Amino acid sequence: MPDPILSIRDLTVEFETEDGVVQAVTDVTYDLQPGEVLGVVGESGSGKSVSMLSVLGLSPSARIPKGEAIFKGEDLLKLSQKRLREIRGGPMAMIFQDPMTSLNPVLTVGDQIAEAVLTHNLGTSDDDARKRTVELLEVVGVPYAERRVDQHPHEFSGGMRQRAMIAMAIANNPSVLVADEPTTALDVTIQAQIVEVLKAAREETHAAIVLITHDLGLIAELADRVVVMYAGRVVELSDVYTIFNAPRHPYTVGLMNSLARLDAEQEWLEPIPGQPPSMIAPPPGCAFHPRCSFSHGRLVCRTDIPGLRQIGEGAAHHSRCHFAEELEEAHVVAGAAAEEAR
Amino acid sequence: MLAFIIRRLLYSTVVLVLASFLVFTFVTYSGDPLAALRIAPNVSQLTVKNVIERKHLDDPIPKRYLYWVQDAVTNQFGSTLLDNRPILPELWRVMKNTLQLVIAAQLLVIIFAVLIGVYSAIRQYSPFDYTATGFSFLGLSTPVFWLALMVQVIVVQIFEHTGHRLFPIANLSDVDPGTGLHFWIDRAHHLVLPVFVLMVAGIAGYSRYMRAAMLEVINSDYVRTARAKGLPERRVMMKHALRNALIPLVTLVALDFGAILSGAVITETVFSLDGMGLYFYNALLVNDPYPVMAWLMITAVMIVVFNLIADIAYGLLDPRVRLD
Amino acid sequence: MRPQDREEVAVGSESVGRPASAHGQVGSLALQAEPEGPLGSPEAVVASPEDLALVYEAGVEPEARSQWAYARIRFFRHKLAVVSLFVLIGLGLVAAFAKQIAPYGFDELDLFNTTASPTLEGKHLFGTDLLGRDYLSRVLFGMRTSLWVALFVAFLSTAIGTSIGALAGYYGGVIDNLLMRFTDLVLTLPGFAVLLTAAAFFGTSSPLKVAVILALLFWTAIARIVRGVFLSLREKEYIEAAKASGAGDMRIILRHMLPNSLGPIIVNTTLVVALAILTEAALSFLGFGIQPPNPSLGSLIQQGQGEGTRLWWLVTFPGLTIVAIALAINFVGDGLRDALDPTQRRVRA
Repeated sequence: MPDPILSIRDLTVEFETEDGVVQAVTDVTYDLQPGEVLGVVGESGSGKSVSMLSVLGLSPSARIPKGEAIFKGEDLLKLSQKRLREIRGGPMAMIFQDPMTSLNPVLTVGDQIAEAVLTHNLGTSDDDARKRTVELLEVVGVPYAERRVDQHPHEFSGGMRQRAMIAMAIANNPSVLVADEPTTALDVTIQAQIVEVLKAAREETHAAIVLITHDLGLIAELADRVVVMYAGRVVELSDVYTIFNAPRHPYTVGLMNSLARLDAEQEWLEPIPGQPPSMIAPPPGCAFHPRCSFSHGRLVCRTDIPGLRQIGEGAAHHSRCHFAEELEEAHVVAGAAAEEAR
Repeated sequence: MLAFIIRRLLYSTVVLVLASFLVFTFVTYSGDPLAALRIAPNVSQLTVKNVIERKHLDDPIPKRYLYWVQDAVTNQFGSTLLDNRPILPELWRVMKNTLQLVIAAQLLVIIFAVLIGVYSAIRQYSPFDYTATGFSFLGLSTPVFWLALMVQVIVVQIFEHTGHRLFPIANLSDVDPGTGLHFWIDRAHHLVLPVFVLMVAGIAGYSRYMRAAMLEVINSDYVRTARAKGLPERRVMMKHALRNALIPLVTLVALDFGAILSGAVITETVFSLDGMGLYFYNALLVNDPYPVMAWLMITAVMIVVFNLIADIAYGLLDPRVRLD
Repeated sequence: MRPQDREEVAVGSESVGRPASAHGQVGSLALQAEPEGPLGSPEAVVASPEDLALVYEAGVEPEARSQWAYARIRFFRHKLAVVSLFVLIGLGLVAAFAKQIAPYGFDELDLFNTTASPTLEGKHLFGTDLLGRDYLSRVLFGMRTSLWVALFVAFLSTAIGTSIGALAGYYGGVIDNLLMRFTDLVLTLPGFAVLLTAAAFFGTSSPLKVAVILALLFWTAIARIVRGVFLSLREKEYIEAAKASGAGDMRIILRHMLPNSLGPIIVNTTLVVALAILTEAALSFLGFGIQPPNPSLGSLIQQGQGEGTRLWWLVTFPGLTIVAIALAINFVGDGLRDALDPTQRRVRA
């Protein structure tokens, strides 16, 4: 197993708000292998975006009391601002959720992409930067790139804006690309196109991609491995097939069960009951227990936070559940249950 | 763009004409401008009759309005009621003085307000921010005329206790200001206190606005993107944040013009400055509707022009806005 | 087969939450829960009894509080605003009971004691003026007049502005056009100057007249705001639903749209009070506002102007009173804005 290109260990992030201290992320640990696509899945508030934003220093009000994020041998959390800036947009780049608000409306798209190039390649002439910008736009599939370069973001459609953002991110051949909900703000048909663009970006740069999303379809299509987050913690971590077909955490099981399936008859959609927990005063013990169908009210679920344990042989599958093994027998796949129903 | 301007000018002309008729009506309808004349002991009936004839005061209001319009367009806005002085030349003379005061004040206001507001936003919740906010609130709560008086009182007190005359507290110029550079230095000297008073309220308001605008921009997604690209913070602030935050300020300043001119009335009265404001005030005191009308209409025209400039500027600065 | 079996296990005095009914939440296609962020949802819309039984040991409250309760909580977080509110209430009470509180009458002459500087003897805390009238009393009475005029102005201009804005925003189309053109007309003229003109030519024989004239200056801002809110609310589904169930226009405006505009209206009205005080003072100072013998802080300053450098208290105290009132109102207004517009949530860095 080659060295991971990004290694996050015990990351904990807090925010101070008027209502109290919010524990947005607690003890998050995962690795990113070079060239792989790692999906990070969770609901709003699960901490999936916050972890990556804090690692890159893009969350100014975040407090990081503990943790490390080793990127190519350097701990990002301990770097000087100057060094961090050299990494941001260069070897490690980020794509954001809403391309309409993520692009500066008064500057041209070309200007903003060229900015990425010029910042990390001092001494590049404006001409060269412009050429490179046009190239990048062509890679991400923006038609008439030569003309588009001088247009403003509001003259681009939603999908094209996202393409431009991706172009901006891959401008300097990053080793890690963080995509924060890249398709959430877009129409479904455009989403499919963006998936293709991400694949093309991966081809072009051989970057590892951290794909943060709540869209399981996207995960199924792109991800190699998946991290499932809930209430600021990693609750399950495995390769994508295992996550979908043999999940070992009640939350993941719930996610998989709640999917609408084209290949099976379903009478009802099965949501996960209840609401996500308050992050200021989370429930004691396992954060998921109030909504868990497998807890059966057992005391340990309500008092002890489960550790992230290895499941089965090999170090590939981890789950944060006291009773993960029980799920092997008990887990319900929507298709199988539907079969029984008939 | 041209179509937009023309359409706006046409529309504004109509509005201005309507407004002028409305104002003229209530100004002439209320009160009898000759009341003072009639009871004055040394004014003969003949004089009164002459004035009535000259100003067509016997005619119905719409007809008088038309006479006024004729005067306004062809005859320098006509002449004052009682002593028959032509209005426009005098108004023009005093307008220049007021513009000196107001433009100087406004330029300084913009510079300081932007500096203070932006810095407050960048260093939010710092002692500077809190102090600036405190002063802003204070500035917005202080009546301009009172501040003007207090400033005069303080300067006089300093003079009485130290013999040191800091700044003149009245008038635009000394009795014999000289010419050329001497004149302008003397003028500047006289304008220091009035400009300061005008600046207080202006900075108080605009710096708050800049702070809010800057904060909104700083917390925006595209500033986050700029940081994510690895840009140095300075660059992020100047090229991305400030650029966007300044745009609405331009229009705000232009649109405020009417209020600024109106407010000059107070400052000029307290400091005895020979400007538009004092001219307007004096006309009101004697209930002479003609200079009042002239003042209002000229100011209204300036407001229209500045509104147009504001919209054009906005269209030029913000590529999302299309003027058509 | 119904999917979920519901289990309830009560251990001791605690009850573990039951999974809510399957229809309680949309399926995971929309895994995006309500965008509440990391704070959870204090305003959780909890409907069914099963959901209500979902209790954590600490944290989320199952009952929804009203919007106003939350606004109240948010307001009281602003210490400065709260203090200012109490100051204002205090000043208001003093002004209301000025007759009882003031040590002397407003016009009580004391020709043996003229131009006394502030002193404790004879209770002339603010000194006396050229005719020996106690200045503290004069300021108190002046404050009373200025306050009630300002309040009247605020309410009248809000009433006018809200009506115009509501009609324009609700009906849109021609009515909106007409009303907005009219507003444009008013705005083309320099406000304060027109105010002076109106005061000069119509006369300001009574404070009420002054108040009415002032109100006609301030209504445009509120009209714009209300119109904006109404225009955006028009498209909402619950308005269409109300129309479909036969509600008349007035009912819709009053019951559905107006309550939603209350936030900005309240904030704006508060700030208008402050502006009204300042403007009335300026008007009275110039001689076009409240006329003597009616008391007014502005005219007090104007009368004291002549000797202002020597008898400094004549100008200082009325002015400070104005500043204090306006400042307190502005702080309260700021607190109200934060309380009623929670989209700007401050995260202490």
